[in-house]
Amino acid sequence: MSVDLSQFHQVFFEESFEGLDVMESELLEMDPADVDDETVNNIFRAAHSIKGGAGTFGFMPISEFTHVVETLLDEIRGGKRAMQAEYVDLFLQSVDCIRGMLTDMQSGNEPESERPAELKAQFEKILGMAEGPADTQPEEAAGDDSGGWIIQVKPHPGLLMTGNEPFRMFREVRDLVGEEHFTVEADISGVPEFTSLSPEECVLSWTLKVTKNVPLDDLKVIFEWVEDDCDLEYQTLGGEADIAAAEAPDSAVNESGTDTVAAPVAVTEKTAAPAEKAQKAQKKPAAEGSSIRVSIDKVDSLINMVGELVITQSMLGQLGQDFDLSRLAKLREGLSQLEQNTRELQESVMKIRMMPISFAFSRFPRLVRDLGNQLGKKVLLETIGEQTELDKTVMEKISDPLVHLVRNSMDHGLETTEKRIAAGKSEEGTITLNAYHQGGNIVIEIADDGAGLNEEKILQKAVEKGLVPENNNLTPEEIHQLIFLPGFSTADAVSDISGRGVGMDVVRRNIQALNGTIEVKSHRGVGSTFTIRLPLTLAILDGQLVKVCNETYIFPLVSIVESIQIQPSALNHVTGSQYVMQLRDEYIPIVRLDTIFGLREKDDHNEEMMLVVVEGDNEKIGIVVDDLLGQQQVVIKSLEQNYRKVSGISGATILGDGTVALIIDISSIGRNIVPVKRHQTRSERAA
Amino acid sequence: MEELKNENLVLNGEHADEQQYLTFIMSGEEYGVDILAVQEIRGWEEPTLIPNSPGYIRGVINLRGTIVPIMDLRLRFGLNEAGYTATTVVIILKFDGDNGERVMGIVVDAVSDVYTIADEDTRKPPELTEDDNSDFIKGLVNVNEKMVILLDVEELLRLNTDFVQESFTQSEK
Amino acid sequence: MASILAVDDSASMRQMVSFTLKGAGYQVREATDGVEALEIAKTETFDLVLTDVNMPNMNGIELVQNLRQQDNYKFTPMLMLTTESAGDMKMQGKAAGATGWIVKPFNPDQLLSTIKRVLG
Repeated sequence: MSVDLSQFHQVFFEESFEGLDVMESELLEMDPADVDDETVNNIFRAAHSIKGGAGTFGFMPISEFTHVVETLLDEIRGGKRAMQAEYVDLFLQSVDCIRGMLTDMQSGNEPESERPAELKAQFEKILGMAEGPADTQPEEAAGDDSGGWIIQVKPHPGLLMTGNEPFRMFREVRDLVGEEHFTVEADISGVPEFTSLSPEECVLSWTLKVTKNVPLDDLKVIFEWVEDDCDLEYQTLGGEADIAAAEAPDSAVNESGTDTVAAPVAVTEKTAAPAEKAQKAQKKPAAEGSSIRVSIDKVDSLINMVGELVITQSMLGQLGQDFDLSRLAKLREGLSQLEQNTRELQESVMKIRMMPISFAFSRFPRLVRDLGNQLGKKVLLETIGEQTELDKTVMEKISDPLVHLVRNSMDHGLETTEKRIAAGKSEEGTITLNAYHQGGNIVIEIADDGAGLNEEKILQKAVEKGLVPENNNLTPEEIHQLIFLPGFSTADAVSDISGRGVGMDVVRRNIQALNGTIEVKSHRGVGSTFTIRLPLTLAILDGQLVKVCNETYIFPLVSIVESIQIQPSALNHVTGSQYVMQLRDEYIPIVRLDTIFGLREKDDHNEEMMLVVVEGDNEKIGIVVDDLLGQQQVVIKSLEQNYRKVSGISGATILGDGTVALIIDISSIGRNIVPVKRHQTRSERAA
Repeated sequence: MEELKNENLVLNGEHADEQQYLTFIMSGEEYGVDILAVQEIRGWEEPTLIPNSPGYIRGVINLRGTIVPIMDLRLRFGLNEAGYTATTVVIILKFDGDNGERVMGIVVDAVSDVYTIADEDTRKPPELTEDDNSDFIKGLVNVNEKMVILLDVEELLRLNTDFVQESFTQSEK
Repeated sequence: MASILAVDDSASMRQMVSFTLKGAGYQVREATDGVEALEIAKTETFDLVLTDVNMPNMNGIELVQNLRQQDNYKFTPMLMLTTESAGDMKMQGKAAGATGWIVKPFNPDQLLSTIKRVLG
């Protein structure tokens, strides 16, 4: 029977990546001068598992490389060596290297060999290893020109307590040489009086006779587990005792070495196969979070909810069987129960996709450490609210923006050590990541105690780029908002880290794509705080329903600034199709949903309308609708799946009455949507 | 409102070079589509308008939680619009597009029948005008002395990117 | 059919061992470390215990030691999975009362033949 090992590969990769994360976080947290044993053990075990698994599943390059890492770790945990800062760096680099190798092998590619070899050399230097193969082929006198063997087996009394059973070993010998070549005789002379017989002790001894020409090693291997618990004597059938009964310990090792030499050979043969197969297999990218770990409590709670739903359903079913108006109250009760069940089920299901934000925060200790080294700044990273949960997909998508913000803070926000000291600040700058729930959202704050936003520089750059006119009267807050404009960057030299000028507006756009918002608060000399607000899940939106020509549309509540009633005459024409309106002390562009959607002619409607002022991409727009309807949470459905992208529409939802309503895309509604044709609306068709 | 699911039908004929077609009537003509592309048949329900879509896209409906566009086939073929009556049906078609499976509904006058048609009996349509509509036609076949126009579902439901142009042309008719 | 308790903190190893042994007709119970294994062993008796050495909470050596203290496990075969090819770990294992060992990395066939050697 042959087992296809490739089915376990994915699990191996996943657990190995996790193991590397454990190694990395333990290494980052440790103080080399004061390391506790448990930490070293954890790191050792992680490396050990990776090595073992890699060897078992045929990923030999990884197994070989991890072996040296494990060896040094073993020496440290065994007290032979003390941990040092230089080792920590080397270990961290090895983690990166192994990660790279795993990723390569997971995608079916050959891992690169330069980096591992480079690092391996460093390990070997430290270990003072003369690299010889772990399993050496021992020279053994095979002694197989005898006609057979006689084996005296005298187990020590305690042999049985090791779980070994002489009968098994004899059976193996018999199977090896064949029944016709095998005899065994028991010697019962050691059996004591019945009353003093202890059934747990082995008091028998045996003589085995093998009349076949087998190599001695083959026989020895059968008894390898019990060498120390037995007196073993081997004699050739010619009569001489070839090997003394008392086996020297290192030859015992050699014998097991024989066994293990056989093993790597078998394994190497197999490695050709997986490596080949891996290359032939399609190059698939490393599985990106395709599975999710759910705590069993969440699953149980889900099962409970479904149970209650079933009960409610059967109750309503019964009610429906012979229903009459006298049972209306019961029906209402049942429906209200149904509503509650559904709501609880919805919450329960959404919780399954929720994971603690610690997963997103976990890459920062390393990032801050490496970046701090690179910039020559001392930085302390504080994380608060790591257990705050959010949707898995939201978390994956917020990760890059967070990285950008932290890099930004480190590069631009935090001053150099000298400047800090000169300003009377602590030598070490602090970056704080804070996550918490507020309303139906998750709030993530990235704060630094650096120099704050440099308003003069920002303003200067903005004027230079023509983003604001020269004689402007911007408040500090308004100046802060300028950094979110596309193409903006105050870095003098485009540093690799964050000065590319593609930063903040992309960050904001990414956050908006998640239906979230980002704000900045800054004080000169004190520091800056970026606050990101995200809905807890992507699929659900708090919506404001509006009516336009008897069609229902939905606005994302989070984008609405205010709503006011207006008369159509209040709208001023600027050009033929562009309107603006004066809202207190500013002019805002106006979009008439009815005309741009081709629902109605411009001048057809003269009654009062509703103006919904929204904020998208940092500018206010006024959207004119007929009326406001209610507010409700809606589930976002894709329009593009079966149709295509529609300008001004971000998705669709299904209302309580089963009909479809379209969700307005705030960011694209402002852009020129030319009405293509005049549609016959529902009301017109009905007429 | 019937719901014809594929599972209830015998798959593709007895022989490898035969296919089953569901046929329907439009403006007196009989058309057919590969039965395997038919997901279900529904009665007409008012869809939700999609702004600035081509005239033949009537809107979208909720099909058990999925948003499905509804296309009026008469308008697609440039025929006269018809009122919707009790026999008006919407055939929900599914096919494997570039981004996975897509579902779309077409409004037709009435459903006709199911025929098993051998490939060899189908004729290629004659080279007609420059009409875009000819892309949809997979072939012509004679059934019981009636001509049935076999349609290519994928072509039929392909949504051109040049909507604006298309809809201007349509609305000018 | 014989029942085996397989203990390893690595999920991929557990899966591989479990799959291989089940495929050969054995009943297999898995545990992720010594503590879990000991708990399971308190209420169930197995024909063989297969355990990794390096595990958190309670390693394989301690597990064997503890199991040997239980009456129903006095003579049960216990095999250690070890990557150490040096004799040191094997000595420790034997001292704790282990029956024998299997050296990692091993392939499924090696696993099966060793198990067969013990269980027949």
